Amino acid sequence: MNFDDTPQEAAFRAEAKAWIGANAPKQYEEELRKSSLGRTALKNVNMLEVAKAWQKKKADAGWACLHWPKEYGGRGSSPIERVIWQQEEGPFGKLSGMFIIGHGMCGPTMMAFAGEEQKRKYLPPLAAGENVWCQLFSEPAGGSDVAGLRTRAEKKGDDWIINGQKIWTSGAHYSDYGILLTRTDPTVAKHKGLTMFFLDMKSPGVEVRPIKQASGQSDFNEVYFTDVVIPDSQRLGAVNDGWNVSLTTLMNERMSIGAGVSTGFPELFEFCSSLMLEDGPAIDDRGVRSKLANWAVKASGLKYTSMRAISALSKGDRPGPENSIGKLVAGSMIQDVAMYALDLQGAAGVLSGPEDAEVAGKFQAMLLRAPGTRVEGGTDEIMRNIIAERVLGLPGDIRVDKDVPFNKIPTKGRA
Amino acid sequence: MNFDFSDEQKQMRDEARKFLAEKCPPKAVRAVLDGNAPYDKELWKGLAEMGFLGIAIPEAFGGAGAGHLELCVIAEEMGRALAPVPFSSTVYLAAEALMIAGSDAQKQKWLPVIASGDAIGTLALFEGKGNPSPSAIKLSAVAGTLNGVKKPVPDGAIADFAIVAARTGSSGRDSDISLFLVDLKAGGVEVKSLTNIDPSRGQAELIFKNCKAEPLGAAGEGWGILTQVLDRAAVLLAFEQVGGSDRALEMGRDYALDRIAFGRPIGSFQAVKHLLADMYVSATLARSNCYYGAWALSTNASELPEAAAAARISATQAFQHCSKNNIQVHGGMGFTWEFDCHMYYRRANATALTLGSLSYWEDALIDHMRKRNAA
Ligand SMILES: Cc1cc2nc3c(=O)[nH]c(=O)nc-3n(C[C@H](O)[C@H](O)[C@H](O)COP(=O)(O)OP(=O)(O)OC[C@H]3O[C@@H](n4cnc5c(N)ncnc54)[C@H](O)[C@@H]3O)c2cc1C
Repeated sequence: MNFDDTPQEAAFRAEAKAWIGANAPKQYEEELRKSSLGRTALKNVNMLEVAKAWQKKKADAGWACLHWPKEYGGRGSSPIERVIWQQEEGPFGKLSGMFIIGHGMCGPTMMAFAGEEQKRKYLPPLAAGENVWCQLFSEPAGGSDVAGLRTRAEKKGDDWIINGQKIWTSGAHYSDYGILLTRTDPTVAKHKGLTMFFLDMKSPGVEVRPIKQASGQSDFNEVYFTDVVIPDSQRLGAVNDGWNVSLTTLMNERMSIGAGVSTGFPELFEFCSSLMLEDGPAIDDRGVRSKLANWAVKASGLKYTSMRAISALSKGDRPGPENSIGKLVAGSMIQDVAMYALDLQGAAGVLSGPEDAEVAGKFQAMLLRAPGTRVEGGTDEIMRNIIAERVLGLPGDIRVDKDVPFNKIPTKGRA
Repeated sequence: MNFDFSDEQKQMRDEARKFLAEKCPPKAVRAVLDGNAPYDKELWKGLAEMGFLGIAIPEAFGGAGAGHLELCVIAEEMGRALAPVPFSSTVYLAAEALMIAGSDAQKQKWLPVIASGDAIGTLALFEGKGNPSPSAIKLSAVAGTLNGVKKPVPDGAIADFAIVAARTGSSGRDSDISLFLVDLKAGGVEVKSLTNIDPSRGQAELIFKNCKAEPLGAAGEGWGILTQVLDRAAVLLAFEQVGGSDRALEMGRDYALDRIAFGRPIGSFQAVKHLLADMYVSATLARSNCYYGAWALSTNASELPEAAAAARISATQAFQHCSKNNIQVHGGMGFTWEFDCHMYYRRANATALTLGSLSYWEDALIDHMRKRNAA
């Protein structure tokens, strides 16, 4: 048992470190290091431009989308090299936030289902951050139950005509392309009548309306489709086989482990170390220590769980559904940690302005962003279902709509 | 990175699991729990023959000289099987103390008989309520003669020797504490069995009256040695707790698949699925913390005190969480003496207290983290 790199891994790490040291945008390092969940990372600059520039630089030198094949703009690296890269990239990795969906989910889906010519055309600019992609799955009627979606695609000659609405689409307002799941046959059971496409977000009839989030920011959108034309050549997978295609996408989401999820713990520990309570430093208080210790072992448990996963990668094993626990544990932890940090500040905890609030309002921002973490990419409940069913082998939920034609499924909970 | 046990170590775990499944079925645990025997002597002999008792003891002292990673995998299986033997007191506490601080003669005398299963050892630290601390140690040692009372002492009623923490000074500093080794069969110690929440492992009161004792380690260094012993034992016991957590989770899962209510397996109800998913999460976090503890223990890393506290807290929580919810999943059956659920619940809650309670380890963890952050 050890934490050592193999000689190849060590050589790769040294090369990555040297390149990052010579090329990373150091002027933002301090700000990026301090930024945490819920806080816009960079003040006074356009984050998207900085991110795109860094991604392009990486791509030109062969450090973008490491695990993708070279011909599609990647490096052909092993999964463990990708993890090493993430470790070395450190805070600069936070710049890649807006590419996560494109690189982690859309790209791999294109790779599995698009034609060769399309892959060569679309993937390299995606890898290089020249194009941003989004994922158009969720709808008002289909979130956890993705297969409940209603956006229609109807065949007309060699084209498909799209009508309907998506929602919660992260980054749609700055995306160039998207992968889109639609209903092509409402007369069969819901999983059997879906078809996947990719499209140009600038196509006529696509309208993106940013949604103001509970946190006050606007990262996700509603997207409306009115008679949008998509050529059949942009279909991914067979007609009515979209459910299987989407499973590939969702599975890839879980593969993107490595960098580790935010728990808020280091921030809280630092805060408690400096905060003075009435009876002295917060960290000397018995109650505070007990809370900290409980969160400390959760944070370290997650850290070493991901080390075990990395070790498995290093041996060539694939990560499985057990990796669902990271988001599940970290999501509610960061929420609890933020609430506690505010509680320790008493009445003043309510203030969120960077000048008035402790630690420049970091915990207030965390508090307001955390509910989204517990919902995006599968809610806590869906994560627990995944663990119960795929890891522990318990029966799947009873699905009353499984064999019912989609157009016969009730649409409201209460009559 | 290779943050995992080796194939040989995993093979050893399988071997231990197979052995214990055969020699230590729930029936064997019950024999001790029901008070028909103080511990399972057959099993103890078998463990010695398998080489498990001396797995981390150097060959020069009659052990297998394998190492602490190997001991960790055995510990996990001991916990999974709830082995009703004085393994933790003899192997994690007494043997570790001897290996850290014993003289050559003491090691020669006691380590080989530990490895062969011929001697049971323990650590006599507590004196009633409270957590490990120098000020709580009142038992006095004057000119190598001990006077005072220790309780609870794990496996104290069946032990052949005890490492005893005693007060040898009155300066108010840690250096007031020294350790002694007492041959409990030599007289001078009155031993009383105490009832406890987990009778599958006994607790006792030891009353020392003008008892002759030999020093273990240098005078005034007792507290330093003790904290090392406690850290090492915390990691090993945490592996037992993880083994127990996993087994409790498995029992709950199996029952949820078999038991039908409202026309379907209860494991298809989401409330039950989510209960089990949360058990899996706590057991997994604990296992990962334990692996870190195992790494620190086996490499004698400076991170050991912090890693041990994290493993201890996380594994204590996981075992309590899994064992209590295992009963919940079993419904009324879970609350019967006949089902095994309560044995895990008892062990989880007894183990939670044997090296000092959670609050002691919480304090320790935060202190170590502060020191590291300050450095
Ligand atoms: C910040 C953010 C970014 C997002 N980005 C994107 C994106 O880029 N692209 C995209 O397609 N989607 C995106 N989403 C949508 C996200 O995937 C969905 O919100 C999520 O899957 C939940 O679906 P829903 O909102 O419809 O909630 P619902 O499915 O209506 O859930 C409501 C409640 O019911 C519970 N529930 C539902 N089904 C079950 C069940 N089977 N068992 C138990 N409980 C259940 C849920 O856990 C939840 O508590 C984003 C969401 C957020 C918050």
